[in-house]
Amino acid sequence: MATEEMEQLVRREYKDGFVTDIESDTLPPGLDEDTIAFISKKKGEPEWMLEWRLDAYHQWLKMKEPSWAHLDYPPIDYQSISYFSAPKRPEDGPQSLDEVDPKLLETYEKLGIPLHERAALAGVAVDAVFDSVSVTTTFKKELAEAGVIFCSISEAIRDYPELIKQYLGTVVPVADNYFAALNSAVFTDGSFVFVPEGVTCPMELSTYFRINAANTGQFERTLIVCESRAQVSYLEGCTAPMRDENQLHAAVVELVALDDAYIKYSTVQNWYPGDEDGKGGIYNFVTKRGDCRGARSRISWTQVETGSAITWKYPSCVLRGKDSIGEFYSVAVTNGRQQADTGTKMIHIGEGTRSYIVAKGISAGKSDQSYRGLVKIGPRAKGARNFTQCDSLLIGDKCGAHTFPYQEIGNSTATIEHEATTSKIGEDQLFYCRSRGITEEDAVSMIVNGFCKDVFQELPMEFAVEAEALLNVTLEGAVG
Amino acid sequence: MLQVTDLHVTVEDKEILKGLTLTINAGEVHAIMGPNGAGKSTLSAVIAGKDGYEVTQGSITFEGQDVLEMEIEERAQAGLLLGFQYPVEIPGVKNIYLLKSALNAQRKARGLDDMPAPEFMKLVKEKLGFMKMDASFLQRAVNEGFSGGEKKRNEILQMLVLQPKLAMLDEIDSGLDIDAMKVVADGVNSLRAQERAILLVTHYQRLLDYIVPDKVHVLVDGRIVKTGDAELAKQLEANGYEGIEESAA
Repeated sequence: MATEEMEQLVRREYKDGFVTDIESDTLPPGLDEDTIAFISKKKGEPEWMLEWRLDAYHQWLKMKEPSWAHLDYPPIDYQSISYFSAPKRPEDGPQSLDEVDPKLLETYEKLGIPLHERAALAGVAVDAVFDSVSVTTTFKKELAEAGVIFCSISEAIRDYPELIKQYLGTVVPVADNYFAALNSAVFTDGSFVFVPEGVTCPMELSTYFRINAANTGQFERTLIVCESRAQVSYLEGCTAPMRDENQLHAAVVELVALDDAYIKYSTVQNWYPGDEDGKGGIYNFVTKRGDCRGARSRISWTQVETGSAITWKYPSCVLRGKDSIGEFYSVAVTNGRQQADTGTKMIHIGEGTRSYIVAKGISAGKSDQSYRGLVKIGPRAKGARNFTQCDSLLIGDKCGAHTFPYQEIGNSTATIEHEATTSKIGEDQLFYCRSRGITEEDAVSMIVNGFCKDVFQELPMEFAVEAEALLNVTLEGAVG
Repeated sequence: MLQVTDLHVTVEDKEILKGLTLTINAGEVHAIMGPNGAGKSTLSAVIAGKDGYEVTQGSITFEGQDVLEMEIEERAQAGLLLGFQYPVEIPGVKNIYLLKSALNAQRKARGLDDMPAPEFMKLVKEKLGFMKMDASFLQRAVNEGFSGGEKKRNEILQMLVLQPKLAMLDEIDSGLDIDAMKVVADGVNSLRAQERAILLVTHYQRLLDYIVPDKVHVLVDGRIVKTGDAELAKQLEANGYEGIEESAA
């Protein structure tokens, strides 16, 4: 079909673009030791935590922003960002949904997240993050009975300092990379999950993130620990309102799996990608890493990435434990002027470790997308195995897809398989579907969803449905 | 039902159809035969609306509607359906899903509600049995890993479910063994009806032993050079296209 026609169809408005009018208790822009002390005090943190933050800050000052990614964006002025923003009533936060600001609930409604219904119907405990403070947490009691801790990271620092000291920063060290160091210095909230030995978390844990106040960088910190034979499935989903200024987001997620533990981490990410010219979108620089510390442990990342102006994200697994398993299933969709450099790292250290990578990239409009994956097999990782499948789908003729696979093999007993394909969304497939009477939009949605099926089936059921819907919205009319 | 008048079509600046005229009435089965490169597949592709074919002159109307002004899906919704010579694979999309989407899209265009699921399943299973296809076909991705014969049967299955007014079958016999051909032919013959027309495009006469056409057109170098009944196909089989070309010239 004609390219112009296609371009017209590619354009769409961000459906979640609105701003909730809640007064924020926001710090003026700027970052120095005082900023960090303010955040730490605001959070009621102990002295050791402040020191930890300051250490990260000092290391960050010595570091350089990475430039190796296949991304193009103007320099970020870290002094023009406000590092703390909280809804008005942080001191006497709501104890139940009844106490939650109705405007906030309305916001969730607009996003199609009827919190109470959702929680009740789906049996999902929701720790909703609005700006930087946890507003409400449900199902705490049931979780407590199972011995599972699910709370905000700030609460955890106050209430479970020993666990935090034991695990925080052990997967992603404070100076791991530029954005992780920044996050370590200024993180304001996020989730903490602890599943004790032998416990299977009785429900899927879910957090909806939302960036709301203008010019506020959001720095989430999430830590999930599964002791031996423990299991948890964690869902993360986000969306953001329309904004003119670029918003920086630099989250850190750390996962620790001990012997025979299983952590499944699923993300549906739908942040504001910017307008047609790419103006106003979220910059998303995320460090996500799982540590398969114990034997036979397993960590599985599943992500559906449709939002953000810039995405820099490589959920990784360090396969330390003997026979541990790392998995990465990803669908990344870019449209308009979005840029994404995403992929995974599988670091095989232990004997008999296995990793499995399925990455699906869909580029439309004038977007640009790269898959960057590292498979590293250490000298002691005897019999390690990796399978990588990496498929790109192009919609239209103005987008780009790139694949950067890196392999470092340190012993001769390893088995590595890599499959990669790049295809343009088949004119033939489209014609076939349309010639059966199916409209062009439905045909594209059908073909794209088919393309992503291997990944969608890894998502928990209700998330998979959302992901499909999201994909359809993202690619509404993006036809080639 | 279908009226093609003085149709000229170019593909990449090369004229393929050079003034083709064809009338098909309801209830008729037409076969278009001709040597390779004569423009047989071009005709059905243009009627279905495939990209890359430029109509430089002439017209196509279907039940009085200007086909060339219609979107691809509108043509299908109006009852024009093309069975492909090489049906594409659509990974990850279940056959049953495609069938259901197509049927309901067509119903919607005609102002009907979606067919209720039990009714749909009953319909599909009946047609599936007719085409001697296993129910597992429905759960497989569209044409993915299908053998040549399976793909062709699948095309006919879609016809049986979608019940077009004009079924166009492009080289539906290519790559079929004799058993598969019989099944496909049975499927096509079951579509014969007073209110429906069928257009077969084929290179070989063989198919016409099983699906006996009312009219046979010989297409050579972008034009229909001869029209006759089923006997004409047999003559072609005996004498080849060259004899026709000479007599036409």
